[in-house]
Amino acid sequence: MIRKLAYGAGAIGASLFAATAAFAQEATEAATAAATTAAATATETAAAAATTLIKAPTVEQMATMVNKGDTSWMLTSSVLVLMMSIPGLALFYGGLVRTKNMLSVLMQVFMIVSVAGLVWCCWGYSMAFTSAGSPFPQLFGGLSKAMLIGVSGTTYAATFSNNVYLPEFAFVVFQMTFAMITPALIVGAFAERVKFSALMVFVVLWLTVVYFPIAHMVWYWAGPDFLPDTPTDYGLLWGMGALDFAGGTVVHINAGIAGLVGCLMIGKRLGFGKEATPPHSLTMTMIGASLLWVGWFGFNAGSNLESNGVTAVAFINTMVATCAAAVSWSVIEQIHHGKPSMLGGATGAVAGLVAITPASGFAAPMTSIVLGLLVSPICYFFVSVVKNKLKYDDTLDVFGVHCIGGIFGAIGTAIVADPALGGQGFFDYTQFPAGVGTYDMGAQLVTQIKAVLLTLVWSGVGSAILYFIVDKTIGLRPSEEAEREGLDITEHGERAYNM
Amino acid sequence: MKFIIAIIKPFKLDEVREALGAVGVAGMTVSEVKGFGRQKGQTEIYRGAEYSTNMLPKVKIEIAAADDLAPQIVETIQQVASTEAIGDGKIFVLDLAEAVRIRTGEAGDTAL
Repeated sequence: MIRKLAYGAGAIGASLFAATAAFAQEATEAATAAATTAAATATETAAAAATTLIKAPTVEQMATMVNKGDTSWMLTSSVLVLMMSIPGLALFYGGLVRTKNMLSVLMQVFMIVSVAGLVWCCWGYSMAFTSAGSPFPQLFGGLSKAMLIGVSGTTYAATFSNNVYLPEFAFVVFQMTFAMITPALIVGAFAERVKFSALMVFVVLWLTVVYFPIAHMVWYWAGPDFLPDTPTDYGLLWGMGALDFAGGTVVHINAGIAGLVGCLMIGKRLGFGKEATPPHSLTMTMIGASLLWVGWFGFNAGSNLESNGVTAVAFINTMVATCAAAVSWSVIEQIHHGKPSMLGGATGAVAGLVAITPASGFAAPMTSIVLGLLVSPICYFFVSVVKNKLKYDDTLDVFGVHCIGGIFGAIGTAIVADPALGGQGFFDYTQFPAGVGTYDMGAQLVTQIKAVLLTLVWSGVGSAILYFIVDKTIGLRPSEEAEREGLDITEHGERAYNM
Repeated sequence: MKFIIAIIKPFKLDEVREALGAVGVAGMTVSEVKGFGRQKGQTEIYRGAEYSTNMLPKVKIEIAAADDLAPQIVETIQQVASTEAIGDGKIFVLDLAEAVRIRTGEAGDTAL
């Protein structure tokens, strides 16, 4: 209504605007006062509620602790993370290979997503998110929920708040999308030279031996309403107090080191270092990187498992860290080569997303920006200097961007999570109800480094063994002729572009 | 009859086509080609991997013309396609043995 008046009366518009501004100021004061009262009431309500919190609720009680907003957000986040893999990651990678291998990359990502979804339902979810019946319950789960036995529309999964639950299927499908994208990330390291069938077998084995145990070690715990009574029911790294909000260790370091081992064991592409292998379509790569950016809000903000203040923290941190990393990569290129490239901008954005992943729910926006500004120079150094010096053929820089960026983010999390720097600190779930724990940055740094090392060793060694087995049985590499001809025709019998 | 092959800078194509139309050229074949001469290539850098491309994109024009029109065509292309910089391209003139119009079977100058 005020807008309409202002449009209609041009001459008095200015005075009207002033009046509106004054009104706005009054309104702000009034709102602040109201907010203060509301906050006080809320605190009282919370205090009252705390006394009525139910420890170890039954399934019937959990059914009353489900929030429609949380459920909607988690289902939306699951879709966003799926979009990161297909088409996001597929296009990001696909644009970077030569025309003759475009479809092979798209198909690898597409089918890894599909196969991982099946494996997740059959035994993945159970191995990652249960502990009953496992010989080593802190390393990997048992098979009590294999084939999703016992999971239904009336079972619930814990969140990070006391007495807040999600429909278990929402949690199953959200975590499923993580199991889909992680193995898909690996293929970039040996793109243009891997046999499709061998890759699929490798992915099933890798998920089972590497991904599910690491996801279990980092993310499994009994939940805030049950942990106080079962104080050792958690994964090894979770119990150590390692902070990984959305998967810096589980997804990025894990996939990054598996990629490095893979590209070393499979070997360089034919003609590596002699033939020019420029990206065939940076347009595709830009589209892919942008879809990754958008989808990553589901990945990071979704990892809060609820839709609340911390979700918003993770959301804004993800946004600004990415902006910062894209800018700093471009600035380095401008200085080093005199020209900022589109590929550089997109790579910087992905590096920023990787770095903020473990820290997203712990950092503050300004410390996220610092994290973003710093990750690009480090990754740039690895992809343009270290890789060329050591002459390994990590085709699409899975190690240089995901592993290195992930390590930087995981260690940086210890710093930016510190409440002294505006961070969120951590919650002590051993007490009921959960409360804020005392933060010790030095100790946290040590814990983070331990978590990084354990992931590097577990994934590095596990992946090496699996590559070896698959290579000796099926053979990882296509014939020389097939590789020269291009995997699109030789592996899939079709061409990406018929022009 | 003469067969004229001209390699020119791609952005000069429209100007050359117009000028040749004015001279009386009734048809030509145009293709996008790559090659090198005295002009230096560019350097492309992808995440630190440098590729120097020594092949540059050019446009190739092919014209079959009657003997009396050929010198005028060559002169026109030379003048219009020139930017007085290296990389402007070259014109080649060959003797043409025969020409046949597929639709009618006419041969020689009348087929052009």
